This record gives sequence, structure tokens and C-alpha cells, in this order.
Amino acid sequence: MATERRTDIGPPHYSRFLPPVIKDNYGKWKYHEILKPGVMVHVSEGGDKLFTVRASSPRLLGTIGIRRFAALADKYCDGFMRFTSRHNVEFLLTDEAKIDPLIAELADLGHPVGGIGNAISSIVHTQGWVHCHSAATDASGVVKAVMDDLIEYFDGSTAIPGKLRIALACCLNMCGAVHCSDIAILGVHRRPPKVQHDNLAKLCEIPNVIASCPTAAIRPAEVNGKASVDIDEELCMFCANCFSVCPALPMADALNDGISIWVGGKVSNARSEPMFSKLAIPFIENNPPRWPEVTEAVRKIVEVWVDGARKYERMGEFIERIGWPKFFQLTGIEFEKQHIDDYKFAGLSFKRSAQLRH
Amino acid sequence: MADSQRSTPLLDELKKGPWPSFVTQIEEMADAGKEECDQLLRLLERSYVEKVGHWKHGGIVGVMGYGGGVIGRYSDLQEDYPAIAHFHTIRVNQPAGWFYTSDALRTLCDIWDRHGSGLTNMHGSTGDIIFLGTTTAELEPTFAELTANDFDLGGSGSNVRTPSCCVGQARCEWACYDAMDACHNITMHFQDELHRPFFPYKFKFKFAGCPNDCVASIARSDMSVIGTWRDQIRIDQDEVRKYAQGDEEGGRNTPLNIQRDVVGNCPTKCMEWDDNELIIDDSNCVKCMHCINVMPKALRPGTDTGATILVGAKAPIVEGAQLSSVIVPFAKMEPPYDEIKDLAERIWDFWGEHGKNRERVGELMQRVGLGNFLEAIEVDPMPEMVAYPRDNPYVFYEEYYEEGDEEDEEEDE
Repeated sequence: MATERRTDIGPPHYSRFLPPVIKDNYGKWKYHEILKPGVMVHVSEGGDKLFTVRASSPRLLGTIGIRRFAALADKYCDGFMRFTSRHNVEFLLTDEAKIDPLIAELADLGHPVGGIGNAISSIVHTQGWVHCHSAATDASGVVKAVMDDLIEYFDGSTAIPGKLRIALACCLNMCGAVHCSDIAILGVHRRPPKVQHDNLAKLCEIPNVIASCPTAAIRPAEVNGKASVDIDEELCMFCANCFSVCPALPMADALNDGISIWVGGKVSNARSEPMFSKLAIPFIENNPPRWPEVTEAVRKIVEVWVDGARKYERMGEFIERIGWPKFFQLTGIEFEKQHIDDYKFAGLSFKRSAQLRH
Repeated sequence: MADSQRSTPLLDELKKGPWPSFVTQIEEMADAGKEECDQLLRLLERSYVEKVGHWKHGGIVGVMGYGGGVIGRYSDLQEDYPAIAHFHTIRVNQPAGWFYTSDALRTLCDIWDRHGSGLTNMHGSTGDIIFLGTTTAELEPTFAELTANDFDLGGSGSNVRTPSCCVGQARCEWACYDAMDACHNITMHFQDELHRPFFPYKFKFKFAGCPNDCVASIARSDMSVIGTWRDQIRIDQDEVRKYAQGDEEGGRNTPLNIQRDVVGNCPTKCMEWDDNELIIDDSNCVKCMHCINVMPKALRPGTDTGATILVGAKAPIVEGAQLSSVIVPFAKMEPPYDEIKDLAERIWDFWGEHGKNRERVGELMQRVGLGNFLEAIEVDPMPEMVAYPRDNPYVFYEEYYEEGDEEDEEEDE
């Protein structure tokens, strides 16, 4: 019995998943207030109130974990909930009296509440060693270790000057698009691809491989009678674009892979325009399971910002105000050759004035 | 069944501490009988010991008639971990705004328990529901059950990637257009482009309701649609004074220093505060949102709302990271959003013709020059599109006059 195959139907319409209070007040919200860490209320033109409780999530969820969230939504929110762009879980309540019992139950289940307003929200991140072919570090493990350490800034037990957004991508492909984050944790390879001459021609289109290299470091070559490629290692900047088009050019290397830290990016237009993150620490070795050197470096940068930033000032705005030399001095991070850009338009980042703090 | 002999001392360290643990999530599934989760933990423990990943890409897998939505993934240690030798990802297009009912979530869980590892990402970086890990044989049955329940696959490869948006007017007073409707509408309109890759590379749409850009559209999408307004910020002076005085109610018991914290942070210095009234020169306001963010009860965006459309953001691969650039300074955002659809199609026509393999639109704009790009997509240049006019004198004029041309031209008129 053949049934017609459904395709190209797109996602279900969102209106099926909106609670009545949202349907009634869609486009009619007037203002919101943050009631306490992780809890806010939105008030409509007509006076209706919608309470949001934002809870932490590891992003990687099993169906058992999702069903637990669904059960909480049934118990406290008539079955309505959502996720945020930073992997948080949000419960949508109309009964204010249910907020504290929900928070207590979330705490029992190991999901601290927070991340709203002037706080560190969840870390946007990628797959890492759990499921990615090009990872230079794990993602979930580093995120877990960093957030364990920074929990006081998520749950509101320590107040901070403004928003601080951390993101992690496990290689330069940046599926996590971390390049505009207050603090970016970025996996880096430091060894050129190891060419698998025996099967390269079988697995890959050699002209595509050559064309994929932004620095023209890849040339055709015949090795042991087989068509393959040769890599000018001095020209390799470890972008892994060739590996993306050719699996016979693996980049991963335990001795040379690790993590870099970038600071001062933002996407919001508030006050200053959106900014890229800039290099703070070129390389930290992978040290699983808890990457203590990474958590320590991130904490130090956060603390320098918490101590020195003005109210609402984002990391990048703070650093622009005090100057980069001061940032390196306050964090104790050594300034090295790698901090100076040498790719396209590098000169734009050179200091071209005598306006210096002495 | 899960093997009681599993030993993961390094991963066990990541079950400790206050932040919710992904290891616990995988372990629960393993203990519930998912053999692939048990083997995933063992493989991951091995990665933690060896400090290197064990996954391979390559090999085209998918569902019939689609060129995207499934990403082939294979372990490079297939004999040691046979249950995850093939462990493909399925991207499922999320509902706009990531809203769910508990029933919808349980439906998704039921499908994934039957056909895959039971592991997910809620959500992936682009916004999809990520089903993490299944075999080629399960792809078609998973797809059949998803579509039977009104879900469809998202994008992958060189196609329109799954559009995403902020919470928009569903729960935010700052949304300057209906971001969820626009996102859903565009997603439905471009279903063919989403499921069948025929671009030089990926193309992402993101819809942000206001310049706070909670979906990071300006950093993460080839077409960034950011809500804005062009009339006056709405002011309730009584509420401004309450912020200044401090108010026991509503958590505002700390007085706000309006001069320092609001006026002093205005990027164009377009506001004045005389301890009684806040005066805004809206003609010089750049809609940065700071004053509104700080005093949501007193200030609101105007009512002549729409969006700024920017194009070309991308991560570093391969010519370097870019933010999106202004292409349309202001567009009214009304269904059926023809302005966005037409603009996208004009860009795709030019990109399809001139783009190189794996070249994003932002890179094409750099390579041919923004001026030539604008000409190709039939958009007139405007000063809003640049931070400042060029400061180098090497202008590529495309034509020059010969002696006598001028007279001919006059005669033509």
C-alpha cells in the first residue's frame, strides 16, 4: 500500500507551540523586568504577565533529559517551553507562584537558573571530539569545565558590570561562529596536513584540493608512482580548508592541537558597533578532562573585566577604553609575535598614531 | 545492552560540578540500553586519553530527493566500536523561535529513540534540532516519521541553511518586525533551495527583531535582517524620573545615574538630561538600543518600524571572517517579504554565475568589490553602505572619453 511521500513541507508553524498568553499578546508586549537572576517578567499593553525562567543546559541532551524538561513544562507551564539561541532552556509561566518551586526542582535536577541581563550566559559551542571530524579540541568538556568555574556569574551570586558572552569552536571552521564573542575559545591545529599519498587520488579531486588552499601551498605531485599532492609547509596556516574537501589530508595531531583564546567581540549594536574578537592567548595545550589552564585563563580575563569595567561596558569596550597594552599588563598575558596579524589587510591592525598611555 | 565493564575515569571527572553534564546525558542513554551511547562514551574516553578525535567525514548519505539535511559521519576505529561505525547526523528544521509543546518534544524523542542514538543537540549552531548518530538504513524511516509528524529536514552543504530568528514579537517588546513570521515565511518559500544544494557554498538567513541582535545575525548569516525604526523613540518621562529616583517596585530600587549611565553611553551624544526630562535628538540617533535596554519601562523603539538588511557575514574559512555589510538601510518588513526574496534571488544569480567553489557571498563581495556587487544585484550605492568613502585614489573608471565624444553626447540628448 503506497502512501504519498511527503517532502518540502518545512518546519511546523510556530503558532502550534505558543502558549495562550503569547497568542493573546503577540506583538503587544510593553516592557519587561528582570525579577531576579534567571527570571524575568514581560508585561503586555493590556497588563497580562508572562514569566520566564531560564535554565542551563549542556546542549547535548539525550531523549531522557528532554523528556524531563517536557515533564517540568507540563507541571509548571501547561506544557509550553522554548530554547534560546545560546542553548538555554526557558520555561514560560503565567502563575508567579510556580516560579520558586520550578527553580527548586531544576536545581534538584542539576540545571542552575540564570544567564539573564548582566550575567554570563551559556556558552555557544560545537561538537568537538563527541562527533566532529576536524576538531582540534573537545567542545562539551571544555564548556563544562569553564562553566563549572564561572557558575557564580551565571546564577547571579556574583554581580558583574554587563553582559559577557563566551563561545567555543573546536576548529577554525568555527561552526560556533565565535569570532564576535566577549571571550572566544577556539581549537587550533598547528601541524600541516599529513598527506595520505596512497589513497588521496581515490578519495579526492586533486584540482579541487589545490584550489582549496588560500595560500597556494598545495601543488600536484607524484609520490611512489601515485598521483597525490605536495604541501609547502612554510605556507600552511592550518585553516584545514583542504581537509574539508579531502579526507586524505588529516590535520588532527595530539602533540600540536590545542586552544587559543580571543577577547572583545560583540554582535549587539548597543553603544559601540559590533566587533570581532581579538587574539589574547595564541596557544594552550589540550589538557583533558578539565583543561585547568584554559579555565584559569578565562577566569583571569573575566576577573580583570569585572574589576575594571564600567557599568554596561562589554569586554571590547573596556579594552578599547584602557588600551591593549594595559589589557596585557592586567591579565599578565605575554604579548608575542603571534598577536600581530600577518594575513590579508594585516596593516589595518597596526598602531598608526602616537596616542599611547605611558 | 550496555556493558557493565565500561570504564571512563576521565569523563567521570566531567560529571562533577554545578553545570549540567553532557556525560551524564550520554550515560543515561547508555544505561537505558542504547549500545551506541555506551560505545560513544568508550570512544570519547579514548579521545580524552589520546587527545585526538576519532571521526571521519565523507561519503554522501541522505534521504531520497534531498541533497542536504544529513551529514555522513564515520568512526575511524570501526572494528573497535561497531555500533557507531556509521553515526550520521540528521538536521531537523526547528520551529521558528525554538518554541515547543511538551507533546511535540516527546514526539521527536519517540522518533529518535526508535531510529537513532537518542542523543541530540538542542540546538545546533545554525539553529536546527540535531539528531546525533544513526545508520544509513535508518535515515529514510526517520524522515518518514518526521514528515508524518509535520517536521522536515534542515539544510546542509551548499544550499540555503536553515533560517533562524530571535523570539521576536512572541515575547519581546523591542521586536521591530515579526521576526518569527519572516523566518517561517522565508523558510517555506525557499524549500527547494534549502533541500537541494546548487549554490557555490552555504547561504544563511538570520532574523533579529532589533539591533541587540540576539541571534548574532550580523556575525553568522549571509543575509542579516535586523529590526530598526526611523521615527522617534517613545518616551514616558514619568518612568524616566522613576528610574532616576529609584523605585522600590520592580527591582529598580537602585537609582539610575541617567547622566552617566544613559546619556554618557549614547554613541552619537544625541540626548540630554536636565534632572527632570530626557530630550532625544532622534535625527541623530543611530538606534543602538542602549538607552532602551537600560530603561525598558521608560523608552521604547518608535512605531515606524522595519529592518536593515545586511549581507555577507561568515566565519574565517577561507578568506577571513567578516561581518555583514549594509545593503538596504531600511525596508518595511511586511508579508510576503518580496523585497528580501527578490534581493536574495538577485544575489544568488550573480553568485551562481561568478562565485568560485566554496566561496561565500561575503568573499565574492570582497573579490569583485562592493560597488561592482551592487551593480550586479541592481542596488544603487548609498552613503549608509560605507563607514567612510574610499581613501585610496585608484578608482577603476570603466570608460573614458575621446576627443569629440562630448559633442556626440550633446547631439544625442
